[in-house]
Amino acid sequence: MADTMTTQPTATADGPPEATVLAAAIEWRRTLGYGALGAATMAFIAMIGMYATFDNRLLIVPILSLGALVYFGVPLTMGYLAGAVKVVPGRPTRGHGPIDLAAGAIVGVLSSIGPLVVVALLSTDFNIRQTFPNMSPAQRELLLFGQSTGSGSLTLIGVTVVAAVLGAAFHLIHGKFRHAIVIGVETIVVLSLIELIMRNFLDNLGLTFLHRAVWVTNSGLRLIPAVLIFLLAAVLSYSLSGRGTQVKQKLTEQSQESRAKSAIAIAVGLVILVVAPMLVGSLVNELFVNVGLFLLMALGLNIVIGYAGMLHLGYVAFFAVGAYGTALLTSPLAPSFAFEMTWWVALPIVVVAATIAGLLIGAPVVGLRGDYLAIVTLGFGEIIRIGVLSDWWGPYFGGAQGVQQVPGVDFGFVEVRGVDPRAMFYVTAAFVIVAAYASWRLQHSRTGRSWAALREDETTAQVMGIDTAKAKLLAFVIGAIFASFAGSLFASKVGSVFPSSFDLLVSIIVLVVVIVGGMGHIPGVMVGAIVLIGVLGGPTQPGILQELGEYKLLIYGAILVYMMLEKPEGLVPSLARSRELHGEEAQQDAWFDKKGNLLEGGPPADGEAIRAGAVDGSPDDAKPTEEGER
Amino acid sequence: MSADVAPKPQAPARRSRRLTFVEGVLWVIRIGAILLITIGLIGSITKFIGGGGPSAEAWRDLIVAGFAQGSMYGLIALGYSMVYGVLGFINFAHGEVFMSGAMVGFFAANSLNQAGVWDSNPLLSLFIVLLVAMATSTLVAILVERVAYRRLRNSPRLIMLITSIGVSFFLQYAFAGLFGVNLRTYPALPPILSGRLDILGLSIQTRQALVIVVALVSMIALYQLVNRTKTGRALRAVAEDKEIAALMGINVDRTIVLTFAVGGAMAGIAGLLYAILFRGVFFFTGFLPGIKAFTAAVLGGIGNIPGAMFGGVLLGLFETLGPLVILDGLGIPGVSQLRDVVAFSALVLMLVFRPSGLLGERLGAEDRA
Repeated sequence: MADTMTTQPTATADGPPEATVLAAAIEWRRTLGYGALGAATMAFIAMIGMYATFDNRLLIVPILSLGALVYFGVPLTMGYLAGAVKVVPGRPTRGHGPIDLAAGAIVGVLSSIGPLVVVALLSTDFNIRQTFPNMSPAQRELLLFGQSTGSGSLTLIGVTVVAAVLGAAFHLIHGKFRHAIVIGVETIVVLSLIELIMRNFLDNLGLTFLHRAVWVTNSGLRLIPAVLIFLLAAVLSYSLSGRGTQVKQKLTEQSQESRAKSAIAIAVGLVILVVAPMLVGSLVNELFVNVGLFLLMALGLNIVIGYAGMLHLGYVAFFAVGAYGTALLTSPLAPSFAFEMTWWVALPIVVVAATIAGLLIGAPVVGLRGDYLAIVTLGFGEIIRIGVLSDWWGPYFGGAQGVQQVPGVDFGFVEVRGVDPRAMFYVTAAFVIVAAYASWRLQHSRTGRSWAALREDETTAQVMGIDTAKAKLLAFVIGAIFASFAGSLFASKVGSVFPSSFDLLVSIIVLVVVIVGGMGHIPGVMVGAIVLIGVLGGPTQPGILQELGEYKLLIYGAILVYMMLEKPEGLVPSLARSRELHGEEAQQDAWFDKKGNLLEGGPPADGEAIRAGAVDGSPDDAKPTEEGER
Repeated sequence: MSADVAPKPQAPARRSRRLTFVEGVLWVIRIGAILLITIGLIGSITKFIGGGGPSAEAWRDLIVAGFAQGSMYGLIALGYSMVYGVLGFINFAHGEVFMSGAMVGFFAANSLNQAGVWDSNPLLSLFIVLLVAMATSTLVAILVERVAYRRLRNSPRLIMLITSIGVSFFLQYAFAGLFGVNLRTYPALPPILSGRLDILGLSIQTRQALVIVVALVSMIALYQLVNRTKTGRALRAVAEDKEIAALMGINVDRTIVLTFAVGGAMAGIAGLLYAILFRGVFFFTGFLPGIKAFTAAVLGGIGNIPGAMFGGVLLGLFETLGPLVILDGLGIPGVSQLRDVVAFSALVLMLVFRPSGLLGERLGAEDRA
């Protein structure tokens, strides 16, 4: 740590200083920190029984399970992070060298303490399962690789250390190779996870033999195809990597969201939308429908939180309005009075109901501070859920039994129901397209601009003559209408509605979808819905990874925290949003160093030149603090 | 940024004489709420006069239960209030901090019970459980601050709030994963604590008396800490203005950690009190008391320490008496199911009527805007 202070940054007067690279060294604090983190994480994953559960899903038959990947991915990541160097402009950075491997080994040894403690706990006579019900003897067996305590522990330590060293070794590989390896691994993981979709798809095309050759049913890839796929992906990535960047650069230079590019993307998307459901069976179509329904809700919430900047936690209430409205108006078994309307007649009434609900919930909250708004909307959502369950409203809404026998979407010549997920998907997709188009038009309209203005600075927006209360209410109502579409389709798809389907969890998961994808960005929200709902699944709906089960919500929580810490702008961010989030950060970074100490001389003079993620000015006089980095 | 004159907090935006739609709805809600409450009160009172109400003993028990539950809410509310005062965001995960204390406390209580100490030495065992619960909650609160919130201190408030929702979610399911999803029931209270106590001719349940006393003592201790000690002064200075506090030589990071630790410790105490009152805890235990405690903090005025306790007690009373006194008078069936609705409505109405709370907010310079 101390020897990193040997050289001063070589600052030149007319440009950003050259980053000084120092000799590689073990950063003890960092190494020990990540080792401890690794130990804690590995112990935790073993204690909640996640390793054992995930181990049931194989990625490469028979050598690699999802559990092993996740579990030993922890020391791998920690080893990588321990060796990583944070580049702070104008500061000397530590170089990489073989000594990084030693740091990785230390991280590995420390990390293995975690699982070893779990093994020790499981080896005692003490009835540990009374306290930790998920710590099963099978878990011990698994941690010890099925061997005796002594040799098993050594194997465990060995594997952990190897994983951590591999992680650290990543820094020593040339960037292009590194990229190729990552792409190869990613391809294998993705291909083995979508086994279900591929089986369904290939079966439909009559190519069952291909599936048999590459995959094992309800499991992962076969070993030899996996190796071939890895090599193919890695080689392709390696040979294309230079060109890919060039193309990307060209595209970025032209315009971030050029019309031609998005037109092509939309056309391709539409074709996939029409063709894909025909190629797969009902199981996968069911998955598609769930993605579609959540996407519809996410598009609505995107307007509320992404465009207008209001954190709405009672969003599920509007979903419930749509579902209950449809159920009560169409079902012959509706409590109190059965209208028995058809779906299309009921829909306008449901939309009106959602609008009224949006106005009623929106009006009292739009004047509140952002965080108060969040908690009050949450309160509203809960009031509605408890109300429906109570003896008071129960008789009108069917109480805990809900409403049964909700008919499907009636087109006159055909009635689309949940038993035909393919048709249901097309109906859902139509609504999604309408919602996406409406969102897109709204975003670039006068209303959309006023939303953007009040999101950035409410007072200024007011001064510019925007009726903020009206704009916020409008966002609320449009969000409510989108959610009511989703609710209406949901009721018809499932054929019944229960209060338990309208839990706070739905609001939170839709929120995670919007945030992971990228707030305020339609393609982002789409990616978020496809990735999260498709892979992890909704609160009660399974995704591709059905094995996740009880750990799904834990993962959702972790994803939410991770995204907020590392990538608040989402996976597919909108340009404006990343500027908003990172511009500010960069500005602050310019004032403060990493420890929060005020830099002498202030930030670089040219505040406008701050780009996302990097400070463009030259902090010549930025002195490193006593401890160098960190 | 430097010399901004903070606008009056929550001044309703009256740009024109014309009544906007939003204001109209707000007035409808205000008038409607007053009407409903009045009609409900009249209905209930006529019913009580007609002899249809609960007996005097039942009233006494309800009121004491409201006080006991309310003082527990007050203790949790302190955590929300202090963190809001210092960092300006709702620490959504505070309910889980509370739950963690109650949950881990259970295992301490259970092993004490198996060792026989619980019955032979009840007060000592309660004290041990209290320490375990406080330590757990404090640790969880500090860890959460360190891992999640510290790095976000300069990000927009919305980001911190969303993070805390994620943390809350994560903690819930982490506890579900570690300790299982089943309800864990604390061992029955020892005989000396499960009886009744006569105070000035008023017979109340001993456990409820204990809860009220413990909450009161913790509250006074905290008040003394904040107002009488040097640490407390640092805490108030950081809440007022972090940058200037730093210039005055106060270690802002450490003070913020302290805020979380103190809030966590109070939540840990509340965890034990919850166990004394209700016995059963599980991973979702933190959610409702968390929201209600936040309501309590808003009722009393966020950032205001005595306000949190006051708001807690008020909410506790409102929650136990409200269904009976107001909803029953409106002729609503099954009012006891609607306690949570009453609590949430209290939150909504409070924010519609007087968002700064009954005793006034105490916020830092940045948050007032």
